[in-house]
Amino acid sequence: MPLNRSCYMVICVVLLAASAVAQEATFTENRAALVRELRAYAERDSTLPGGALDSRVLEVLGEVRRHEFVPDGQRAQAYKNHPLPIGHGQTISQPYIVALMTDLVKAEPEHVVLEVGTGSGYQAAVLAKLVKQVYSIEIIEPLAQEAAERLERLGYENIETKLGDGYFGWQEHGPFDAIVVTAAASHVPPPLIQQLKPGGRMVIPVGGRFQIQSLLLIEKTLEEEIVTRQITAVRFVPLTGGH
Amino acid sequence: MRFLLTAICLVSAAAISFEILLMRILSITQWHHFAWMVISLALLGYAASGTAIALGRQWLEPRFHKAFALSALLLSVSIVGCVELGQRVPFNALEMIWNPRQFLHLASMYLIFIVPFFFAAFCVGLAFTCRGSLIHRIYFVDLFGAGLGALLIISLLFWLTPPQALVLLAAMALSASVIMMVKVTAGGTLIAAQIAWSAALLLTLQQGWVELRPSEFKGLSQALQVVDSRVLTEKSSPLGLLSVVESPRIPFRHAPGLSFNAQSLPPEQLAVFTDGEAISVINDFAAGPGGMDYLADVTAALPFRILDAPKVLVLGAGAGSDLLLALQQGASHIDAVELNPQMIALVRERFAEFAGPVFDHPLVDVHIAEARGFVARSNKRYDLIQIGLLDSFGVTGSGVQALNESYLYTVEGIRSYLERLESGGLLAITRWLRIPPRDSLKLVATVIAAMREMGVSQPESQLVVIRSWNTLTLLAGKRPFQPEDIDAIRDFAQLRFFDLAWFPSMQPGDANRFNQLEFPYFYDGIAALLDAEAGNFIERYKFYIAPATDNRPYFFHFFKWRVLPEVLALRKRGGASLIEWGYLILVATLVQAVIAGSILILLPLARIRPGWPAGIAGRMGSYFFLLGLAFLFIEMAFIQKFILFLGHPLYSVAVVLAGFLIFAGAGSGYSGRMANRLEASGRSPVQFVTGAIITISLGYVFLLPTCFEHLMGLDERIRIGISLALIAPLAFFMGMPFPLGLKRVAAQAPDFIPWAWGLNGFASVISAVLATLLAVHFGFTAVLLMALVFYGLSSLLFRN
Repeated sequence: MPLNRSCYMVICVVLLAASAVAQEATFTENRAALVRELRAYAERDSTLPGGALDSRVLEVLGEVRRHEFVPDGQRAQAYKNHPLPIGHGQTISQPYIVALMTDLVKAEPEHVVLEVGTGSGYQAAVLAKLVKQVYSIEIIEPLAQEAAERLERLGYENIETKLGDGYFGWQEHGPFDAIVVTAAASHVPPPLIQQLKPGGRMVIPVGGRFQIQSLLLIEKTLEEEIVTRQITAVRFVPLTGGH
Repeated sequence: MRFLLTAICLVSAAAISFEILLMRILSITQWHHFAWMVISLALLGYAASGTAIALGRQWLEPRFHKAFALSALLLSVSIVGCVELGQRVPFNALEMIWNPRQFLHLASMYLIFIVPFFFAAFCVGLAFTCRGSLIHRIYFVDLFGAGLGALLIISLLFWLTPPQALVLLAAMALSASVIMMVKVTAGGTLIAAQIAWSAALLLTLQQGWVELRPSEFKGLSQALQVVDSRVLTEKSSPLGLLSVVESPRIPFRHAPGLSFNAQSLPPEQLAVFTDGEAISVINDFAAGPGGMDYLADVTAALPFRILDAPKVLVLGAGAGSDLLLALQQGASHIDAVELNPQMIALVRERFAEFAGPVFDHPLVDVHIAEARGFVARSNKRYDLIQIGLLDSFGVTGSGVQALNESYLYTVEGIRSYLERLESGGLLAITRWLRIPPRDSLKLVATVIAAMREMGVSQPESQLVVIRSWNTLTLLAGKRPFQPEDIDAIRDFAQLRFFDLAWFPSMQPGDANRFNQLEFPYFYDGIAALLDAEAGNFIERYKFYIAPATDNRPYFFHFFKWRVLPEVLALRKRGGASLIEWGYLILVATLVQAVIAGSILILLPLARIRPGWPAGIAGRMGSYFFLLGLAFLFIEMAFIQKFILFLGHPLYSVAVVLAGFLIFAGAGSGYSGRMANRLEASGRSPVQFVTGAIITISLGYVFLLPTCFEHLMGLDERIRIGISLALIAPLAFFMGMPFPLGLKRVAAQAPDFIPWAWGLNGFASVISAVLATLLAVHFGFTAVLLMALVFYGLSSLLFRN
């Protein structure tokens, strides 16, 4: 009967809406729990040069909807402190690593940042909430397209993406206050160092996709000298009985 | 009978060939390590077949030929099917630390790959059980077929791609099935199935239906994701699958350790991946001599700041980057050693125009050889021996190669290189940098140990180490470095923002200046290794960094149990790279094999307990179990011991495996006659045979090293012949205890035969893993000695 059918449809719509609301609430809750977990780690054994994580970074991680940046099948895992595969042999980094990397670039609201390796766009989204403008380059075509669409849909207006070779940076928008390279290559491209402003910072994770061993921080001093530091995410003294 | 023996020979050959081929296939699609784990477990199929036969024996016996034919057909189908199906399992080894679902995927892989081994062993086990009177001959053709199979597949892989070889093996199994039909009267359906499968195989071959799809996380897959990149050509051999990749829009620029301050950039490059990983590059010759200027700004260029126009030996030439470096830096002559002839052929022939005359340069001589073997046979002296970076950082970093034996970086190896140097010569080794240090400190410890063995009293004055953010280059001098050398090293490093990790008279303030680490790990570590208390430091260090030796050639093994709780706890805080997976995987494989083996074999068999004579189950069960352990322990120890002599791991596997299987087969064939003769003279055959095995093996433990040293210089074919001659007497006797035991069991308790087969198979599965684990801790000589203890025990068990 028509009446029954519409009733059925209304019930379905209501149920779907309710489940969407419930799911959204779960995501929000999980995100908050993740931020608490990251804060606890950072406080306990931070190896960061400046001590604990900048609270703004954690706030932003509490805002960015990571579940929008992972494939549908991985959404339930989105707020676990894990790296996740996003297709095409790429990953979305472990949130703790994203937090450390974001912290290391010392983002300021007036900064212009270059990202090499857009991936899903999550790192760019995190940076975009802290700086004026993010430019992001990706070499894998489908990922570049998906990320561009996703970032537009989610309303990130201060991120510009392109498909292309990150080795030579993005000359017309440089120099940059900070550069984030999301996967280490065999060497740090010298053109990228040239596109770093004096006083600027570049961060690169070193290691495998699922096992980052350290973060490489490259600073260009105001005198244009290069100082680099390699920072391990955890405090681990390799010698029993102290160093 | 002749038909049956031919069919068994074909099945055994197909099965062992498939095992070796599967290792190749899984090394291409996954990683070598996981390949090894999957295969170790899949071999349980052998053991499980014993159970199935025991349970269905009464039903199977009257249908022997048909059951054999069906099993061989299913072997044929599953050889192709399991590879196709296995590739559909979304298993990602790298994600195992994060995603427990991966363990389920892994379990599915085991189940899939068990199938062909189950059917292969079902055929042979069935023949043992149903044709008890032919035991000696069956065992002989089983071993003989396996020996031929090992030789066959290794030669075939030089000509065929892995998918083509797969179809060929399936055809071998199919022909075994067809042969058995001679004895089957009413087998219409089976014949139809055979015809249909033959057609399917032909089509598979013609259409190329079986395709290898490497994990999307391997270097090759990742490179192919880049816009417009493509594979230009592929070459396959047992040494690896080489894929040459071009990426015109976003070119490769592979330059490990390139200085931040580099004045020029790498030219365009083609990448050569081995098994989808381990990148080596071909530089564009058209870029001209200036195009290679970037090479002056890598850490590996350091030795050329000290040596003038050196005679160079490059160990591991790959696609030629280290040669270009040496040429660009003014080497007067270069001997380049590369293991894989296809790598050289690609650069010399197919890509000659792009690469230019790298290997045909008038100053270059190319040698296709394994590094250690080449050095041992050569009597030339060099100013510089250069060992470059050939493994990929991702693989090094994940710790999965922990159990790959490497004779390149052992105390004996380093010593042999140092001995080939001119008086002012240098050994230069470049490695990826890992933090906290593992391989770099182990390398330093190994070099120091080699120097001390050579009588160097102050190794600290003959050692220099520098590092960039991702590479480390070590120089070991034949004589102490001079003040002018130190000045050159300091200048080189300073200009390129490289850090000094060690040089004679270095002060703590000289370390950790450009690429700052939380601690001066490298300087402190090297200083501690040079100290009188070095042993204490190695003991207290949280990774295993004691020098590697030829007896324990596990350079990449860094795991220590006591650190496990700490590193596991740090996993979520970004400390995942501290976990050394390789060793844990080995232990996990052993545990899995024991559990799965017990479930698959022991539990079902426990249901059959007819009235065996007292002591049969315990005594003979242990006898067959110990034999299974001992045979493989000896075989594995010999594969290791012959690698250096035969100059190639692949030759060693082929010669030792084939030698042991064929001569053991001959021994088993002769065992019946010999037993009769010995028994007639009142002696116990098993005691005699095990005594012979122990005596010969002990003789080899003491004699082989000297023997090898003197015969190393002989021609390759003669060395293969000598190896087979050395293996022959030992293997001949090793083929006897199993059929002698079976003969006794067949007489006293025929129902125990499937148990014997199952227990022996179970032990063989465990033994490969156990032998590696024991070798990691105690060395291969200990593994060999342990095998002799097992033979001694089995002799006692048989007597009582």
